[in-house]
Amino acid sequence: MSYLGKRLVHVVLTVLGIAIINFFLLQLAPGDAADVLAGEAGTADPEYLANLRREFGLDQPMLHQLWAFLQRLFMFDFGYSYRHNMPVSTLIFERIPATLILVGSSIAMALVFGILLGVVAARTAGRLPDKLISLASLLFYATPPFWIGLMMIVVFSVKLGWTPTGGMSDIISNKTGLAYVLDVMRHLALPAITQAVFYLAIYTRLVRAGMLEVLSLEYIRVARAKGISENRIAYHHALRNAIFPLITVAGTNLGAFLGGAVLTETVFSWPGVGRLMFDAMFQRDLNLLLSILVLSSIFVVLVNLAVDLLYALINPTVELR
Amino acid sequence: MPRLVAISRTIFSNWTLALGVLLLLAIILMALSAPYVFPGDPYDMVAPALTWPGTMPEVPLGTDSLGRDIAAGIFHGARVSLMVGFIAVCFALVIGILVGSLAGYYGGWVDDVLMRVTELFQTIPQFMLAIVIIAVLGTSIEAVVMSLGIVSWPTVARLVRSEFLILRERAFVHSCLVIGMSDLRIIFTQILPNALSSITVMSSVLMATAILMESALSFLGFGDPNVITWGTMIGMGRGQIRDAWYIIAIPGAALLITALALNLVGEGLNDALNPRLRKREV
Repeated sequence: MSYLGKRLVHVVLTVLGIAIINFFLLQLAPGDAADVLAGEAGTADPEYLANLRREFGLDQPMLHQLWAFLQRLFMFDFGYSYRHNMPVSTLIFERIPATLILVGSSIAMALVFGILLGVVAARTAGRLPDKLISLASLLFYATPPFWIGLMMIVVFSVKLGWTPTGGMSDIISNKTGLAYVLDVMRHLALPAITQAVFYLAIYTRLVRAGMLEVLSLEYIRVARAKGISENRIAYHHALRNAIFPLITVAGTNLGAFLGGAVLTETVFSWPGVGRLMFDAMFQRDLNLLLSILVLSSIFVVLVNLAVDLLYALINPTVELR
Repeated sequence: MPRLVAISRTIFSNWTLALGVLLLLAIILMALSAPYVFPGDPYDMVAPALTWPGTMPEVPLGTDSLGRDIAAGIFHGARVSLMVGFIAVCFALVIGILVGSLAGYYGGWVDDVLMRVTELFQTIPQFMLAIVIIAVLGTSIEAVVMSLGIVSWPTVARLVRSEFLILRERAFVHSCLVIGMSDLRIIFTQILPNALSSITVMSSVLMATAILMESALSFLGFGDPNVITWGTMIGMGRGQIRDAWYIIAIPGAALLITALALNLVGEGLNDALNPRLRKREV
């Protein structure tokens, strides 16, 4: 339990650090925080701005300002977006499900296919399938994902007409139930693949290296000597130990997946948090931008905590310190 | 001279490195020759709009929706990509080496504090942080370089730290301590040179990542509006995705080749410089 306590202190410190970084980014911005909070300098009336400054204590010393900023943060008070005419927290929370669907399915896809391809590559090490898989992962690792997305739109949407070019569901048909789920999946296919390929390449390499290492160990030789089939050895005995590092890596990649969502959601007009961030950038809504950054970072911290605890549960060799 | 021969022998005995170096040299040549091969502004209209590649000898790679020469954009874009990637990596190296070497050398609470800060920067979604930094600093090429540097240094810091943790226990470091050498001299003249091969390998992969991230930023329209980059070209071609997909395809291929070249160089250098760490091939 002291392990859990330490982890929780770490989480609190990290969230505090994230808030401080954001506070200083806000200080760097032209104009003061009141201008930023009001949406955009010059659009709000002076009286309102003066009110904001008093309310947020911008006439106070820096440390007091930081304290006020932290208090608002822990109250989930991110201010009001005049561009969208609603509180920032509502605006962001409305967009979260779409992003979770996209990021979740792309992580799952990258993991499943990364593990499969990695195992195949390791079992055929040095032969043709391994060489092809390694070449493909080298290529995908070097390709800008948003460009893969655009090229898939050209092939699958424009030329073949198999998939829609963007959005999350058909607006006109107004489907419900299972038809709606299938419709969303049809819209999800290209964006999820776009997000997945880069990490698919990384995970394939990781699993391949891990499998090669594990397959050379004594217990695998013992398993072979006992006459256990090669398939069972690969997927049952070796894979278990080879994918442990992958779990932690996937956890730390979550932030990158969220960042990538800004691109993917823009390319495919997916109505999630990433697309909201893109719009906020164009509308110069700095407060909204910072709020998205803070919330995404906190989300990453919490998921990583969960991953660490899960990892400790499934891998008994991890010592809880 | 014999050293040069030895270097080129190393390069060509290793096909990954050879291919990577050749591709990279070709791209550097493109970047250097851009003002001579395509004098004039790559943003100028030179031929009828939406000319397909291979249909007009004057514009071999075709033109975009405003009649701008795509080949000129590719050449001039190579300058920006390489320069932005290079400077951003230098920026990241300076911060990362400083943080990583101090943390690894001193250990204890220095290490604790510095690594907590490093982890913090790794927790925040990198690409989102880059966007916010540009939002704060304004869309200029300097802001892009700065934001890429700020999101890239933690990787360097972690690598340098792990190298220092191992190297500082070596006998040669202990002897430096015994003869009374100052900490800073030990860090920068004794340990750092020994960590350079790993740092070099990482730098080329890091530069590929920086170039891809720059292209993503300018694709979204967050780059410097006055400079042409491959990402900008892809972003501007989005409107013609239905009838003129080559406008998007060509700069993307250029990006792919550049990042591939840098990754190959990194992998090749890794094999050449750290033969002990060579990946276990069966």
